[in-house]
Amino acid sequence: MFVLDTNQYLDMFIDESKEHLQAMNESLLQLEQNPKNIDIVKDIFRSAHTIKGMSATMGFEDIANLTHELENVLDQVRNEIIEITPEMMDIIFQSVDILEGMVYSIIEGSDGKADVKHLVNKLKAIASGVIVAPANNNTSKEEIIESTNLSGINYNDLLDEYQKTVIMQSKSAGHNALYITVILSKDCMLKAARVFMVFDALEGLGEVILSQPTVEELEDEKFEQQFQIIFVTKEDSTTIQNKLLNISEVTTVEVDIIDFNASTDKQSANQLTPEVDANQQQDITKAQETKQTTKSKPISSKTIRVDIERLDVLMNLFSELVIDRGRLEQIARELGHSELVESVEHMSRISGDLQNLILNMRMVPIEQVFNRFPRMVRDLSKELNKKVELDIRGAETELDRTVIDEIGDPLVHLLRNSLDHGLELPEERTKKGKSATGTIQLHAYHSGNHVFIEIIDDGNGLDREKILQKSIERGMLTEEQSNQLTDQQVYMLLFQAGFSTAKVVSDVSGRGVGLDVVKNKIEALSGQVHIESKLGEYTKFQIELPLTLSIIQSMLVKISEEKYAIPLTSIIETAVFPKKDIHYVQGQTVIDFRGHIVPLVSLEKVFNIPRKEEINDDEVSVIVVKKGDKLAGLIVDEFIGQQEIVLKNLGTYLPSVFAISGATILGDGQVALIIDCNALIR
Amino acid sequence: MKVIIFRLNDEEYGLEIDQVRSIERVSHITRIPNTSSYIKGVINLRGIVTPIVDLRNRFDIESIEDSDNTRVIIICVNDIEIGIIVDAANEVIELEETNIEPPPKVIGDVEAEFIRGVIKVGNRLLILLHLHKVLNLQET
Repeated sequence: MFVLDTNQYLDMFIDESKEHLQAMNESLLQLEQNPKNIDIVKDIFRSAHTIKGMSATMGFEDIANLTHELENVLDQVRNEIIEITPEMMDIIFQSVDILEGMVYSIIEGSDGKADVKHLVNKLKAIASGVIVAPANNNTSKEEIIESTNLSGINYNDLLDEYQKTVIMQSKSAGHNALYITVILSKDCMLKAARVFMVFDALEGLGEVILSQPTVEELEDEKFEQQFQIIFVTKEDSTTIQNKLLNISEVTTVEVDIIDFNASTDKQSANQLTPEVDANQQQDITKAQETKQTTKSKPISSKTIRVDIERLDVLMNLFSELVIDRGRLEQIARELGHSELVESVEHMSRISGDLQNLILNMRMVPIEQVFNRFPRMVRDLSKELNKKVELDIRGAETELDRTVIDEIGDPLVHLLRNSLDHGLELPEERTKKGKSATGTIQLHAYHSGNHVFIEIIDDGNGLDREKILQKSIERGMLTEEQSNQLTDQQVYMLLFQAGFSTAKVVSDVSGRGVGLDVVKNKIEALSGQVHIESKLGEYTKFQIELPLTLSIIQSMLVKISEEKYAIPLTSIIETAVFPKKDIHYVQGQTVIDFRGHIVPLVSLEKVFNIPRKEEINDDEVSVIVVKKGDKLAGLIVDEFIGQQEIVLKNLGTYLPSVFAISGATILGDGQVALIIDCNALIR
Repeated sequence: MKVIIFRLNDEEYGLEIDQVRSIERVSHITRIPNTSSYIKGVINLRGIVTPIVDLRNRFDIESIEDSDNTRVIIICVNDIEIGIIVDAANEVIELEETNIEPPPKVIGDVEAEFIRGVIKVGNRLLILLHLHKVLNLQET
């Protein structure tokens, strides 16, 4: 049981570290654009600090050491002691990469150790080497504080780096840091209430940096008569003292001003202190650690993490409930008992809301995957000496969690490919009359039962002849065969194993691990890849992914006695035409839809739907659907209406059924099949 | 071994209990177009879309209307859950494994290739099916 608990704690550490590293990456990118923006530095500092605290608590010393040094550098930047240089940015980026590496190695079950000495030294060099201004000699935080107060408390032992920094900072902003000792009267009955009143009184006057014992312990009355607070405020000490003395049952309030006037010369002598501090942090109680984290990042406390399997179970349980709901509704209707009907209706509405909620929980915006690309593209473009702008759109497109987890690697591969093989060098681009900075567009959107992700670069495009030549060289096909291939077929050769068109094997892509890996992965997700290209202008990779479990808006239709769902995203319009408007062109029934000749598809025939009695109507109901720019009209008997449905697959037993992309469970518990319009349009 | 007995067109069949997940009443079956005729369709089994095989059709027995006794037995083969429609299922008996005899040449309605063996219990004859063959699954 205990082991399980630590594991849970580890998961939390991993998740939060990942989040903070991601946040650091994003902020660093922003900082690179605005090196003067100290607010961004503060964000990064906070993330680094949190990671440091957590890793120290978990015993990952290398992570703690590295983040600690990072923190030192950032702190100096933050206090405008040193300025940001590009070299520095690179080192910081490297550090974040190493940190990421360590976190991922922890995920894979290793101890998260790595050789960080090199970077630690570099960071130390930055932190120490660049200090020039004499005014700063006294204020570097490493040499904190022998206190001048009478009680002789060593604040160094009391405070951690972050707290010291906060104090330093507020000092420089003209605030006072006070060490307050509050003593309650001996017969005080409600100590926790008095504590609360003390904190309440202090609130608004400044910020409580630290309390001893911790707030939690104070609330649980786990202290004798007195407690200490370190408090940062604009007010002077007497004001505070009087304010607190006004609280009943507070007998004594001692206030000392914390004064930092250390004078030792920094780095060499004090380099040990930070290490000690990092270790000390392990001693600081967990509760306090948490409190600090929430203080610096208040939003994070609003989410909890849930195992995805639990969501699956929840989802299945709920589906059962839906069936029973259907039965209840039917029984209520049959009985006609008005109160029963009323409460069943109410229950139906609530369970409808509940259903949406549960379904939405499984969906994750693709943002999670896209987030890391700006950083990656930046690094790569530097490495390759190319200039590139990454244009991300549709990051909010939601995909099922399981797909999100898998799609990252193929996208990385394709992006690298575009950067490396697609985009030209800046000089080359200028020569061609293009702007020196290339563009890579990364777009995601829903269409039909699919999510499309496109990677479009405005580089050199694909050279049909070159690809063919290469494939013939490699014996992948003969010259005769090559002449008969369409462009699309030629492009698809890129996805064959061991194909690489780059003349120089670069570090980035083309190490024998070709695009075939991408194709395999996407096909494993039952998706597809297409390529479009124009020589000299652009290349577009389009990934088409099914929504494995996803909520889609659909139109329910009825044909004879059977119900089908058609994804709303495929639908252009529903319309009713008089039968006389149907024409025959080359044996194909067509209809004139807003000036387009649209072929008609009889779903009854496609799906061999049995029909008891013929209907004789002089009108036909048609759903006009699209695939790309092609249209088709599906003939149905009846439109039932629009409904949000959950896509479910038909399972492994049934072979893939033509023009059916899956099934869904309707409100009455029946299964309805979902029509794959893409298969019906050719 | 424990065996669930079901009836199909006056014959009695046995299914090992560890292959059976549940026995359900027939609910609405959604037809799947353009598949083998013995695949009757799919049902919603507690939120999971489960395929249903019509054994009468599979064994070329004339189909009948569903009655009050008609049941769907959800079986699990190769980790795939499939429902089979039977005329009735209402008995579980305990058997010695050794009672299984090889299938005789001709027996009732069912082709020999679907039959794994027969069990004699008193004067009753239980047919044990070769589920992989009946469901047209790959053996693992």
